[in-house]
Amino acid sequence: MKNFRYIGKETSRPDAPDKAAGKAHYIHDLQRPGMLYGKIKFSDHPHARIKHIDTSKAERLSGVRAVITANNSPEVRFGFLRDNFALKKDKVRQYRDELAAVAAIDPDIAEEAIELIKVEYEPLPGLFSPHEAMKKGSPLIHETDSQGRPRTDNLVPLQYHHESGNLSAGKRAAKYMAQGEFSTPRVQQCCMGTAGCLAEFDMNSNLTIWAKTQIPFLAQRDFNRALSDMGLNDKNTRVIVPALGGGFGTGLDTHAYEYIAILLAFQTGRPVKIVYTRDEEFAYFSPRQSSTTKITQGCGQDGKLTFREVEVVQDNGAYTSWGATYPSVMMMPATSLYRVPSVYFNAQLVYTNNTYCQAMRGYGNPEHTWALESNMDELAGEAGIDPYDFRMINCNKPKETTPMGLKVSTCGLKECLQTVAKKLDWKKKSKKGKCRGKGMASLIHVGGGGRIYRSDASGLILKLDDFGNVNAYHGGVEMGQGLHSVLTLGIAEALGVRPEKVFINPLDTSTCPWDVGTHASRGAFMACNTAILAANKLRDRIFELSEELFPQEVEKNLEKFIKKNPGYKPPDFDFIKAAKRERFDLKDGSIFIKDAPREPWLSLDLGRLLRAIHFRTQGQMLATEVFYDPPNELPDFAKGFGNISSTYAYGTQGAEVEVDTETGEVKILRMVAAHDVGKVLNPPALKGQIYGALAQGIGYALYEELQSEKGKILNPNFRDYKIPTAQEMDFPVDLEFIETNDSFGPFGAKGVAEPGLVPTAPAIANAIYDAIGIRIRDLPITQEKILAALKKLKEAND
Amino acid sequence: MKTEISFILNGLEVDVTVDGHLRLIDVLRNMMSLTGTKEGCGKGECGACTVIVDGRAVNSCLYPANEIEGKSVTTIEGLQMPEHKLSKIQQAFVDHGGIQCGFCTPGMIMSAKALLDSNPNPSDKEIREALQGNLCRCTGYVQIVEAVKRAARQLKSKQ
Ligand code: FES
Ligand code: FES
Repeated sequence: MKNFRYIGKETSRPDAPDKAAGKAHYIHDLQRPGMLYGKIKFSDHPHARIKHIDTSKAERLSGVRAVITANNSPEVRFGFLRDNFALKKDKVRQYRDELAAVAAIDPDIAEEAIELIKVEYEPLPGLFSPHEAMKKGSPLIHETDSQGRPRTDNLVPLQYHHESGNLSAGKRAAKYMAQGEFSTPRVQQCCMGTAGCLAEFDMNSNLTIWAKTQIPFLAQRDFNRALSDMGLNDKNTRVIVPALGGGFGTGLDTHAYEYIAILLAFQTGRPVKIVYTRDEEFAYFSPRQSSTTKITQGCGQDGKLTFREVEVVQDNGAYTSWGATYPSVMMMPATSLYRVPSVYFNAQLVYTNNTYCQAMRGYGNPEHTWALESNMDELAGEAGIDPYDFRMINCNKPKETTPMGLKVSTCGLKECLQTVAKKLDWKKKSKKGKCRGKGMASLIHVGGGGRIYRSDASGLILKLDDFGNVNAYHGGVEMGQGLHSVLTLGIAEALGVRPEKVFINPLDTSTCPWDVGTHASRGAFMACNTAILAANKLRDRIFELSEELFPQEVEKNLEKFIKKNPGYKPPDFDFIKAAKRERFDLKDGSIFIKDAPREPWLSLDLGRLLRAIHFRTQGQMLATEVFYDPPNELPDFAKGFGNISSTYAYGTQGAEVEVDTETGEVKILRMVAAHDVGKVLNPPALKGQIYGALAQGIGYALYEELQSEKGKILNPNFRDYKIPTAQEMDFPVDLEFIETNDSFGPFGAKGVAEPGLVPTAPAIANAIYDAIGIRIRDLPITQEKILAALKKLKEAND
Repeated sequence: MKTEISFILNGLEVDVTVDGHLRLIDVLRNMMSLTGTKEGCGKGECGACTVIVDGRAVNSCLYPANEIEGKSVTTIEGLQMPEHKLSKIQQAFVDHGGIQCGFCTPGMIMSAKALLDSNPNPSDKEIREALQGNLCRCTGYVQIVEAVKRAARQLKSKQ
């Protein structure tokens, strides 16, 4: 294996000191001269016709600079299926619907103005469950599609389907079968920094927007389209991304509040900032989709899976975001986690009058793995095989092609399973009587980009200066996950400079090369692949120029050295002849000839060489640009086939829990997480990703749920919506990284940002089953659910 | 109702005129431009706005500005050492991976500081207790607790 200078070493993050000092600037901290504060009037009904909006009082309030509604501003359409509008005109379809907005000189006035806006509605019957909304004859949430064609049902027109192998043969061959229906709740991403943006026009009507986004370049496209909707044809948007305060998928779409800020800024001619309060974030922002998954699996006498059948119904909410493409990811575990010869998968998305949903970390995978890995334990139980042995029997292997056509390069699943079994003393049963149990669950996820768009690419510009500094311009978003840390190390390693000499510039669409977005755990994979390509190009150029300039500079060095050390005899080495591009190397910022004697004068600081290249007749400055599109394919999701990623990440998590049968409380005693990461790039950053994801997985497993009644969010605050605190996370977590050194991965690494929360909930559920013999199929596994199930069990036994 | 108040902010005496409904966080962020203190909920539920008032960690989003009269307030900006150096606690967060998106960080560090000032030798449990009002969605707290432990050790060895 290669010896790395920086990769894999404990290094602190370059963005950490400013964050520790309170000097990182989030959207909340930004100010512009003349800036106004925007605020939105949301709907008072989940489904209603809008009869009249009275803004007259708000307009008269002193300090208000603009009040806009769909009636006095251009129509701006947006969304994955363009079924949403910045401001609603005829109908509201959810409580989140934006009806009017104001811009005022301070936030209090803006809030007061919003309260003065009165809306008359004609309420319509609401649909709050996808199963209800799917029924024939249900009232239509969208009467027409974005082209104006009439619609006849509430199904979202997106197809996700897969069939492979021979399902009926698979069923006939099954000696044992297990079936279950599993559901998952809506949960909130809960970024600690709430959503917001700041929009400003210049006098040429070009827009600059500071946005909390994970897709600056797709956002630029969306906003440019909005500008033309506003009659500003051929105008451009510059998207600048400040420190994010967490992303977790919330930044994968553009949002109505952004379009509203744009409309207000244009109308007033002043910068307008909109920042959500925490209540707004909970009530009027898009959570993770809820889903119901019906799954049946079967296996033979030998424990080998013979088939898997999956039907998913997803509550889309009132409009469609990128989150509607969750099934494109669900398909991956459905077809490819463990070896299974025949698979049926179908997913349906349904419009309801709930708040529309969007992406969240894992993107359909936690939802699906929850069902699949719970059901694996059920089937193992049917077959009388230990759940660990059962998984080993069906374990994926390197170099296999899965039913979906995923081309697996490296696969460390076997090692992950073994590691968890070992660390959890799997075969040693937990102390019974105490209601303790152990469980495990595994995952597959994209680890080499994830093509859900026609380009899965990413660019990097490296610009060298006279001091040997490397200025990097990259389109990937640092949202806390540590992208800048691994990009810095990747550049330093591949180019041969010290990490302190690498500077990652702020993300700005006007200076950085295009990137499809920071999602699908692709950030580090893409950034480091571009770093290697760019570094190689620069090294070639540097070494080429060194043929002439290296001897010239070294000559000067030698003269000086002799002056200082009279009597010095240089070794017999012809550095002029040796100065050939293939013989040069660059390490830690100094250039030398690989086979030359190690003399102090016989190497050059990179900055010195760059100055020699620059300051001469027809001098040059060195910079390079690369664009990397990984070798993967855009699957045909209606057929369920295609190699979506160039490599896949695997992992297994294990939990030991203790259940209090009096209170229903689940106590996690310890967790083990073994992940195939390809190669560890930066240990503390990687651990942070897994620990953090695990905490989100535990919240998902045990208590997080955005509760609503007839579309209204009931728990829009951290008191009622509990996320794990330092106290809940008080148990040992054992992390183990399996390094499979993937050939597509930069330095061997795979993407790992999402996997950490994918199998957590089923691992815990399986442990609970092991402890008390109760299987909860509906997340979160709350104390109440456990108590109710215990009571039922007792009644059945009596 | 406007009131004039004076208090000590990061070691220096300041005078401000505040409206009756203003909160300490508004004074810090809007009037003093000390934006290191973050607002994550405005309701005392997340701890992002934690500052130290007379030695105690408080949520500045709940603290009425006019009650700060005569008191001493330390914000994250007040921890910075001469020559652009971080304090030991801040450095420990940097060194041990306790920081991801960083939004919770200033509040988290202020809570940790208040703890270590009053209890230089906290147990794991005491650290978790002291930080339970500070929500972090990124880290799972493991490296944060580790950072506080290391900081405690370093501060002790200095004495
Ligand atoms: S902002 Fe003060 S506790 Fe959340
Ligand atoms: S580091 Fe992001 S919330 Fe704590």
